[in-house]
Amino acid sequence: MTSRLPFYFAIFLLITAGLALAVLRHVELGIPWLPGKQQPVWLVEARVDFMAMNEPVLASLNVPDEPPGFHLLSEQAASPGYGFSVVSEAGNRRAEWSKRFATGSQTLYFKVQLIPDTSVTNEPPKEPPLARRVFWEEPQATAVREVLQQARRKSSSPESLTRELIKLLQPESPEQNTTLLTSGTNYPELLARMLNHAGIPARIADGLQLEDARRRQTLKPYLQIYNGEQWLTFNPHSGDQGLPDDVVLWRQNAVSLLDVVGGSDSQVSFSMLRQTVPALQLARVEANDNGLGFISLYQLPIEEQSMFRMLLLLPIGALIVAFMRIVIGIRTSGTFMPVLIAVAFVQTSLVPGLVAFISVVSMGLLMRGYLSALNLLLVSRISALIILVIFITTGISIVGYQMGFNTGMTVTFFPMIILAWTIERMSILWEEEGAREVLTQGFGSLFVAVLAYLAMSAPVANHLTFNFPELHLVVLGLILVMGQYTGYKLTELRRFHPMKAYKS
Amino acid sequence: MNWISPLRLRRAGILSMNRRNVGYIGRYNERASYPLVDNKLKTKLIAAEFDVPTPHLLQVVTQQHEISHFRELVDELGGFAIKPAKGSGGKGITVITRRKGDDYVKASGAAVSLETLERHLSNILAGLYSLGGTPDVAIVESLVKPNAKLAKYSYQGVPDIRIVVFQGYPVMAMLRLATTDSDGKANLHQGAVGVGLDIGTGQSLNAVQFNKAIRLHPDTGLTLANIAIDNWRDMLEMASRCYEATGLGYMGVDLVVDAEQGPLLLELNARPGLAIQMANGEGLLPRLKAIESLKRFHRSPEARVAYAMEMFARPIQQA
Repeated sequence: MTSRLPFYFAIFLLITAGLALAVLRHVELGIPWLPGKQQPVWLVEARVDFMAMNEPVLASLNVPDEPPGFHLLSEQAASPGYGFSVVSEAGNRRAEWSKRFATGSQTLYFKVQLIPDTSVTNEPPKEPPLARRVFWEEPQATAVREVLQQARRKSSSPESLTRELIKLLQPESPEQNTTLLTSGTNYPELLARMLNHAGIPARIADGLQLEDARRRQTLKPYLQIYNGEQWLTFNPHSGDQGLPDDVVLWRQNAVSLLDVVGGSDSQVSFSMLRQTVPALQLARVEANDNGLGFISLYQLPIEEQSMFRMLLLLPIGALIVAFMRIVIGIRTSGTFMPVLIAVAFVQTSLVPGLVAFISVVSMGLLMRGYLSALNLLLVSRISALIILVIFITTGISIVGYQMGFNTGMTVTFFPMIILAWTIERMSILWEEEGAREVLTQGFGSLFVAVLAYLAMSAPVANHLTFNFPELHLVVLGLILVMGQYTGYKLTELRRFHPMKAYKS
Repeated sequence: MNWISPLRLRRAGILSMNRRNVGYIGRYNERASYPLVDNKLKTKLIAAEFDVPTPHLLQVVTQQHEISHFRELVDELGGFAIKPAKGSGGKGITVITRRKGDDYVKASGAAVSLETLERHLSNILAGLYSLGGTPDVAIVESLVKPNAKLAKYSYQGVPDIRIVVFQGYPVMAMLRLATTDSDGKANLHQGAVGVGLDIGTGQSLNAVQFNKAIRLHPDTGLTLANIAIDNWRDMLEMASRCYEATGLGYMGVDLVVDAEQGPLLLELNARPGLAIQMANGEGLLPRLKAIESLKRFHRSPEARVAYAMEMFARPIQQA
């Protein structure tokens, strides 16, 4: 006897590969396990207001490009009468509106959809930035030097220096130097200047606090320093390192937020809304630019997609038939006839499908009885049966339609050849084994078909088979394992029950 | 409820359908040997080479136009059987016992005309009864006259003896008796009575019908407890020789006892059923495993039969 080990190892590999790929795709692409799962999406709207001055207008707004912690899903502008484009130059993205002539108060809108995504981080700049040169006038110059010295004594790295400096510049700290420095200046700007002075590249970034249904919000400044590898974000007031989850950095590079040429009194305000979008829809939008997206069937044309939706359900049906026949031991007429019937049920829905199937088969059996008396050869008998089955389905469709049952029409979804063979087999069975066996196998087939239908029409099955086609490896593995099952079928426990009478 | 626990079944050594398919038919039966058993004509020819007698072959009809020869042949015959070579489970077998004027009388007593028989032959050639509907040939055999001693137990049909042969060793046997329920056929799932036979002596053990233990034949009313098969060792050796003939490791050998010719091979089955275990009140597995664990197989059919008769004999029953 050959060792079964390689076989089971292969099955183990199949199943783990299928599961691992599915998990990977779930994590990487965010394809949800269950259909109908919702994911939050922040809709942020920037509103630009200004007074136009009867001349050509060019408004330019800095817009985010993959801010840390968020994934940019979509963006759009609403601004009637304006030409619009998004230009990116030197790593900055700017929304630009232009108009030949404008007068009076103007309002421009720019909307983005952001998905919280912790995997998005700031990419390290290609060239390490250099610290700006900063000039101080006395007496600030002395104060800056002393405060920096104080901070430097308690720190060892750019990060710790930044934290210490922020601590020292807090109003509670009693230092004279700090009061001198902080009075009457833009505090975050002061921090950035002092850090640059200390040789640490630092800049101000503008963040937006995300809260559901807020309007007229403004940006809050955050401090960013470069530690030699990447830009780190600090809260300039608490000294906390890192960005809170609910803050999106709208502007990072030290460029202007809004420039308006040909207008005055310009200002930007933000409003935001928390939406939920089906997670699957998000995954599909995102999958296009991910390496793992290549398995996705959404790349196919729609027509093929619907075809595959059906095809990929077949393995589920096959699994059910294998289980029912091997482990339970239900007798069916034709090995996979139940799966094909179940596929037809998916199209017709269950009750009309059952009614149509039973009526076609019983009418077919009656007619087959007559054919049987004619003593025809096999091929012509089956051919005649196929034509009769088509007559019957046509008849059912027409009568059903006349009587106002649209469901009568669905009978056409049944595979005619399979129906004809089913009738033929049932009929031979009837002649050879009697009506009892026909009923047993007929109901066995229908029972398995209904089970397969229930499994195949479950939204979860539909969702999983189509979105995680790799799970079919698991199905394949299970079917292969079942092919090795040598135990008793459930029905055999009943069949062999008289063995109880014998001592064992 | 009438259920038996799987543990108990395993203790009884009952071979399950799945295990039979994977562990025995799949492992010991070469696919290439199947045509030898699925085609009765080939079975007959190969059996003759290995000194296994079969019912006398009267005619083989392979082409539609040869059916006219059948008319000439059959004119001289009293009883005969028409069989599709590739039929399975007794499908398409017509047994004619005698003539009645121009008509032929079937085993069931119904009279049929010559035209009906010719159409039947035509159907056989078209593959009506063959596995998968492939074209087939019809064979015409001389009628088996069942040995009177056994025939009295059976209702209408000819009683046959099924011997399961594993690796050439006869491991289990039963006598199959037709009933009214089985419509003259000897298939257990159609309602024939199965009587377990002791491999050691050919004595009857238990009897079952429809999976239920019975003591009397439901139609003939005869007690089934004391049937003894004559020439038991010869029959086992015949069955054992079929292993050399076909090379099939796990098969069912169906024998009949003819009143004049003695035991004849009726057909071979590469997928013998499991009901024989019920008729014997014993599982096949321990016996199959005993054969599998043999260090050296016995070369000759005689040695194998001697071994099996000793190994698988029932211990003497209480008085």
